[in-house]
Formats: sequence, structure tokens, C-alpha cells
Amino acid sequence: MNIFLNGQQQQAQATTLAELIASLSLPAAGVAAAVEGKLVKRTEWETFPLAEGMHITVVRAVCGG
Amino acid sequence: MFSEELLKYDWDDITRRIHAKTAADVRRALSKPHCDVDDFMALISPAAEPFLEPMAQLSRRYTEERFGRTVSMFIPLYLTNSCTNSCVYCSFHVANKMPRTILTPEEMVREYEAIKRLGPFENLLLVTGENPAKAGTAYLAKALDLAKPYFSNLKIEVMPLSEEDYRTLTRHGMNGVICFQETYHRENYKLYHPRGMKSNFEWRVNGFDRMGAAGVHSIGMGVLIGLEKEWRTDLTMMALHLRYLQRRYWRTKYSVNFPRLCPAENGGFQPNCVMTDKELAQLTFAMRIFDHDVDISYSTREKADFRNHMATLGVTTMSAGSHTEPGGYATHAEALEQFSVGDARSVRSVEEALRRVGREPVWKDWDSSFDNPKMV
Amino acid sequence: MSDLIIAGRTFKSRLFLGTGKFRSNAEMKEAIAASGTEMVTVAMKRIELGDSEDDMLAHVVRPEIQLLPNTSGVRDAEEAVFAAQMSREAFGTPWLKLEIHPDPRYLLPDSTETLRATEMLAKEGFIVLPYCQADPTLCKRLEEAGAAAVMPLGAPIGSNLGLRTRDFLRIIIEQSSVPVIVDAGIGAPSHAAEAMEMGASACLVNTAIAVAGNPSTMAAAFRKAVEAGREAYEAGLGTASLNFEAEASSPLTAFL
Repeated sequence: MNIFLNGQQQQAQATTLAELIASLSLPAAGVAAAVEGKLVKRTEWETFPLAEGMHITVVRAVCGG
Repeated sequence: MFSEELLKYDWDDITRRIHAKTAADVRRALSKPHCDVDDFMALISPAAEPFLEPMAQLSRRYTEERFGRTVSMFIPLYLTNSCTNSCVYCSFHVANKMPRTILTPEEMVREYEAIKRLGPFENLLLVTGENPAKAGTAYLAKALDLAKPYFSNLKIEVMPLSEEDYRTLTRHGMNGVICFQETYHRENYKLYHPRGMKSNFEWRVNGFDRMGAAGVHSIGMGVLIGLEKEWRTDLTMMALHLRYLQRRYWRTKYSVNFPRLCPAENGGFQPNCVMTDKELAQLTFAMRIFDHDVDISYSTREKADFRNHMATLGVTTMSAGSHTEPGGYATHAEALEQFSVGDARSVRSVEEALRRVGREPVWKDWDSSFDNPKMV
Repeated sequence: MSDLIIAGRTFKSRLFLGTGKFRSNAEMKEAIAASGTEMVTVAMKRIELGDSEDDMLAHVVRPEIQLLPNTSGVRDAEEAVFAAQMSREAFGTPWLKLEIHPDPRYLLPDSTETLRATEMLAKEGFIVLPYCQADPTLCKRLEEAGAAAVMPLGAPIGSNLGLRTRDFLRIIIEQSSVPVIVDAGIGAPSHAAEAMEMGASACLVNTAIAVAGNPSTMAAAFRKAVEAGREAYEAGLGTASLNFEAEASSPLTAFL
């Protein structure tokens, strides 16, 4: 289905948030996700279903002062 | 609350540290642009006595930088001398069988008008004994309401009140509160204030937190010099208290007073120490060097000549023409005084003397029309 | 040198490090070790597809190190609150360096948004360390709003100009009831020592270490400077003599 990841439209094979994030090859720690501007806790990723046109934000740890 | 903060300090330890201060400590304190309480201790210690002249110069400089060459003038009005406390040093002691006065509203107004004829006073200090039943918060609110048309800045010096009461009185136009802790020595405090509400050390010492929390704009503090032998330790505690309050209630202005108990002439309480004029000058300079902004107030307890000189060296507020018996300005000329006035000069004389030493008396430095727009 | 306590947590080192601008994660890791620091900042960014960046956290995470995620990139209080929620989730800590600098040129903090955000975040249980202008009144307001410490700047971020705001830092240090951490503008160990001698609780240094010729050596130098400055402060500094007349021609105290 079509979803927006960090503003970029794309086709996602995943059906849950957990599957989507797993497909991104991110480190285990320092990652957070929000859907429609609201935080979704990691513990809820497995059971969070993706929907057509959903806006998803995924952030990761980087260096910074 | 300050009573908890006070537990961190040991009276004897501070006393020892003050008396162990050396000339080197004093020099270091004098060379620092900003002093802490440890420096204050050095400046009031016996080791600082030879440094009085440089201290006077610094005190004068800091005072002029912050306050200019002005002295703020105020006048006290005793509304009552009726008191339920038993302070061993005070002539309003409950057991003292003199007739007691509580001014009526009509008498209050007569006093306000008499004061205005005495001089262009705008800063009024209302003083009472502690009689909550007959002269409590409602009585004070009434006194403030009646005073508002006559005076721009109203302060009270009464028993410690609750935070709610301070808020109430602020709504009635009260701009400031003065309350002398008398002594910060927790154990000995009860010796001087054995009975009545005033015997409660915590209630009094935490009153300043309540004032701050209530948003009182100006807070005045003082130690009664003569109660505790170690006045230096007591004043150090007051300096700690001042810093604590300045950090917490940072929108508030602060003022300090140094009332000296006189040796009583016929019986009554004999002070445990007598502070000399030189020591009072040293204390005043030390306070100014320690805090460039705090208002330092001298009452008419002090003699004319001393006040004239000190007005140029650190003192920023003075009373003049004062009466310490209730209704002394218009009525009750025979009533019981709280203390004998040392400077009995007329207001005009004080004004002229200040001008002669290069100081301008300022009668009004705060316009209450901008304070508390939602006032009752 | 006494311990520093912020929000109930004890720090033995008063030097905090930023992790930005290093040439490599390996260099960053060595500098962190050499500095002896117990708190480092980290940031977040939206991932891009094809991101193959090294996991920087692996180079930073040590048991003694407190992570301090920052909200760099946000422009107002609402965005800061969202960023805070994400960072709490991502890093598993309520500690937060609140930084709101909408001006991309000088990166100076927006005081109004910072105060608003501090109020909102403190209520939600975050441990807020706001990066702010060296404004004493603002710092008291931030303290009242629930900030666990205040982080006034010495000079603009990355400028290495030192303590341009020193006169105001002094006032903030005098008036504050919470720790004061000088953050931004520290360009040399001497600047850090000066801040500590003034009574600052700690220094946060990033650019000066990250872009030094040898970052770990520089980090070690900063470590010593912060310790030296703090120990001098605790030992009781005397300063240069003010000029006052030792013998006045007409003494002011003749009347006594």
C-alpha cells in the first residue's frame, strides 16, 4: 500500500509498523516512530496496522551538540 | 522554608569561624567585586576593625552607584500598643500595667492628616502590638484603606501573618512588610519571648517565606542587637536568610535594619551585649559591601549626629520626626512609648541636615497607582 | 572537587560533551573517553531511505554516561514537545536538552518558545535542561517553570568566542537555585576554567573538541581545565585589588 514515510510517498510491503521499521535496517536502539504526528511506543509496533495514505515519522539517533 | 535551611548552620561553628578571621580574610573580602556570606563574616569580625576607613569608602562608593545621593524618608505610626506577648525587653509586654491604646478609624485619619502637616511624607509604616482579636488582619486592612488617599507607599510592622493574610493586605494596598526576627538563636529565642504567639520561633522565621510566596513587594528584616551576646553570629544568620530569600523570592526588594537595645536606665531587661557606634558603623559598611542593593534603614533610635554621617556612608532609608506611642502625632500624647527616640529633631531639621551633608531626602519613590490594579 | 547533583543524579565530572561535528564516530568515542565526561548530548533526525550510517549510539553508550537528547531542529514549543516525546521513547530517558533556535545562521535560542516549552515539558515529567540566552530574569523564570538546570550561552554556538556573556553569567550564577551549565561558545580550556572559577556548575563543550587538531588530547585538556577551575573556586579565590585610598586626606570615619 501507499504510505508516507518522513514525507516521502512510497509503496510498503509491510502491514504493521513493526514490519515497516524492520525493513529499514535501523539499529536496535535510538529509534522512535510517530503516526499522524503522534508517538507510537515500540511496544505497540507489532500490533499497529498500517493504512493507506498514513503519514509515518521515523527518527534515529545521530550525533549532535 | 527557612527553618529547615537554618538547620544546616551551627551557631557555635559560625561564632568560631568569625573570631578566627584574619586580616588576610578581610583584605580578600575587600578586594572582591562580589562578596559572599563568608566575606561578610570577615567584614564584621574583630579582624576588620583596623579597616574601617577603606570599608567606609567602599560602602560609600557602592551606595552612591546604586542609590545615588538620596535618602528615602518614611515615618512610623503606631496604631496600637496593646499586645498579648511577653517579650522581656519591650515596654508593650502584656504584664506591663499601663493603659493600652488601639486607635479607632477616626483617630487613624487624624493621625494621617497630622503626619501630612509634619512633612511631605509618602512612605508610611504602620506598627502594632500583637492583639489579633482586637487589631488583627481586618483592623489592618481598614487602616490601609484609610491611609491610601494620603500615602503612596504603605508598609506594616506587625506580628507574622499567614500567607493568605499577606495576600489580603496586599489587595488593600500594602506594599511592604517589616518583621524583625529579633534573634536567629533557636534555643535562646524562647528566653526572650517566653509566652504568647511570639514564642513560636518557626512561625516567625518562616513568616518571610510566607511573605515571599504571597508576593509581598518589599520585605524588611532585623536582628535586635543586645539579645544575643554574639551579635556577629546573629547578623551572619540574617545575611544567610537574606541570600536565601533573594534566591527564592527574586521579584522582592529587601531592606535591613539594625535596632540596638539600649541599656535600660531603671531595671528591666539589660542587654547581653552593647554594640558601640564604631561597631554599628562597621556592620553597616559590611552589609553594604556584602550587598550593593539592599536598602539599609536607620530609625530615630539612633542619634542625630551619627545618622547625619551614616547617611553618606551606606544608609539609604531614614525615619524622621517619629513618635513611638500610638497616635503620637495628633492625639494621646501621654501614651506608652515602645522605645525612646534618640533623634528627636523635627522633620525640617533632619531634611536640612541631610542637605548639608550632600544628600537629597526623597519622600516618594514608589507610585502605587501601578501596583495591584485589581486592588479592593 | 565536589560532586554535582542534577535532578537527583550525581556527576563526578563537571565537563559535558556534545557529540556533533566529529570527523568520525571512532574519534568521537576516543574524545568522550579522554574527557572523563558522564553526560553527552545526542540528537535525532528523520531517517532517509538508503541511510547506511553507523550506529553512533554504540560508540557512546557506556554505563556511567547519561544520554542527553537534544531538540535541535525544532522551531517552537509544540515541535519541542513532540521531539521530546520521540526522544524519550528512542533513548529511554526523560532527560532532555531543550534547544529551540529558529535562526539557522546564529542558532541563538528563542527565549519565548524555550520558556513555554520548559513549562509544558516539566509538567510531563521531563528533566529539562534548557539551552538559553544569558538572561538572568529568563533563567529565574526557567527555574520556576521546572528546569532541572539552566544552560546559558557563553557566545554563539560554534563561535569559540569564549565567555562574551560573562557579566550576565556571573549574575545568573549568583541568583540561581539550580545548577548553571555554561553551554555554547567555549573555545578553549581557559574559557572553561574561567567559567568554573566564576562558580558555574559545569561546562558543555562540543565544537572546540570536535574540530581540534587532536580531539582526544583536547578533550583531556578540557577535563583538566574544568577540574582546575572548579577546585580554584572551591578553594576560595581572591581577586585583583580594587583601588581604594589606604589613607584618605580627610578620613570618612573620623567621627567614630
